[in-house]
Amino acid sequence: MNGAHDMGGMHGMGPIDTDPDDPLFHAEWEKRAFAITLALGFHGRWNIDTSRHARENRHPVDYLSSSYYELWLKGVERLAVDSGMISPEELVTGKPADVATTPPPDPARVAAILAKGASAKLDADVPARFQAGARVRALDITTSGHTRVPRYCRGRIGTIDRDHGVYVFPDTHAHGLGKKPQHCYSVRFNGRDLWGNAAPGNDAIYVDLWDDYLEAAP
Amino acid sequence: MTGHDHIHDHHHGNGHEHRHAAPASPMAERVKSLEALLVAKKLVDPDSLNALIDTYEHKVGPRNGAKVVARAWVDPAYKERLMRGATAAIAEFGFTGRQGEDMVVVENTPAVHNMVVCTLCSCYPWPVLGLPPVWYKSAPYRSRAVMDPRGVLREFGTFIGDDVEVRVWDSTAELRYLVLPERPAGTEGFSEERLAEMVTRDSMIGVTRVKAPESAP
Repeated sequence: MNGAHDMGGMHGMGPIDTDPDDPLFHAEWEKRAFAITLALGFHGRWNIDTSRHARENRHPVDYLSSSYYELWLKGVERLAVDSGMISPEELVTGKPADVATTPPPDPARVAAILAKGASAKLDADVPARFQAGARVRALDITTSGHTRVPRYCRGRIGTIDRDHGVYVFPDTHAHGLGKKPQHCYSVRFNGRDLWGNAAPGNDAIYVDLWDDYLEAAP
Repeated sequence: MTGHDHIHDHHHGNGHEHRHAAPASPMAERVKSLEALLVAKKLVDPDSLNALIDTYEHKVGPRNGAKVVARAWVDPAYKERLMRGATAAIAEFGFTGRQGEDMVVVENTPAVHNMVVCTLCSCYPWPVLGLPPVWYKSAPYRSRAVMDPRGVLREFGTFIGDDVEVRVWDSTAELRYLVLPERPAGTEGFSEERLAEMVTRDSMIGVTRVKAPESAP
């Protein structure tokens, strides 16, 4: 989707607060919102692409005026309701209508779950469409659904820097349409090919893009 | 917070209002209500929430990445493994898992300076750096890192020569990037532990360099 989350190349956002001692959390509720999101995710009722889409798919004014963990809270509320884990009524009233039949993982297992992770890399025998060094164009994809092609590189030509292997494809995975295994590459774009000739000639921007986002370029 | 005014003397409040947009008590109430509901429904165990917060507040953070960097500086064979297969080399320290399942390390040299961003959200290598700083997730950084990397680096006090190539890694997929900063001059003979203490979080995101020590030992 062409949402407010896709920020690369926007102007007017102001200076960066570069203070290295700025705390990771600015309020206790931010810690809870973060932890609730991860803990509820342990049930496996959604995947990382679904959850990103839940945070991104909102009115641009809402997105831009919400702090980071506000977006996480709004995202996890939506995921919990959309997945049927809680009802809209329960969310509004805060009163449980019933108790879950599947218990959450034992708290003693949390460290092991985090240390294991969940790689999106797939052991699938899918041929690569491109080799390192190939010239490719990022397709000019416009979709109202989830995608990971930043707007700033759509339609632009770059070079395959390396093939990362076969990965879950987020555009389908976010919407329950399967993993659609395919190669994901690091594509190198020259800064001038993205931002015009005023950009320095020796800036390069590397974007990780899947086969379905690319076509061969002359 | 120096070095801003000459670049962006307009809009000085913008990013700051955003990052300080809390602790609005309505938000605290909303989180509390959701947590209470999920606990009552037995969907979430409060001890798990506490364990999650404790992990990323106290156990997993940039000290992990600093150990990887220091090892790469002193041990050429380790550095070779790290550049060839970062995930496995980092796992030698036991740093594995969530948001670091598939790692890539990019090396800064006199000719190339690397920096990392996620323009679409906040992707960041948790096992080696912990949770991202607020600025990394903020609109000012995400919007400009790819468009004006040298200007962004100047805001961090990092000045890159015109003859040096700047490479920005927009981590839009499930690969997670760690910058291997340059080892500063004047650190010959330093122990691995002492080197690790010098390595900052921001140098491993690539927005600053590791500073040379003030004086020789």
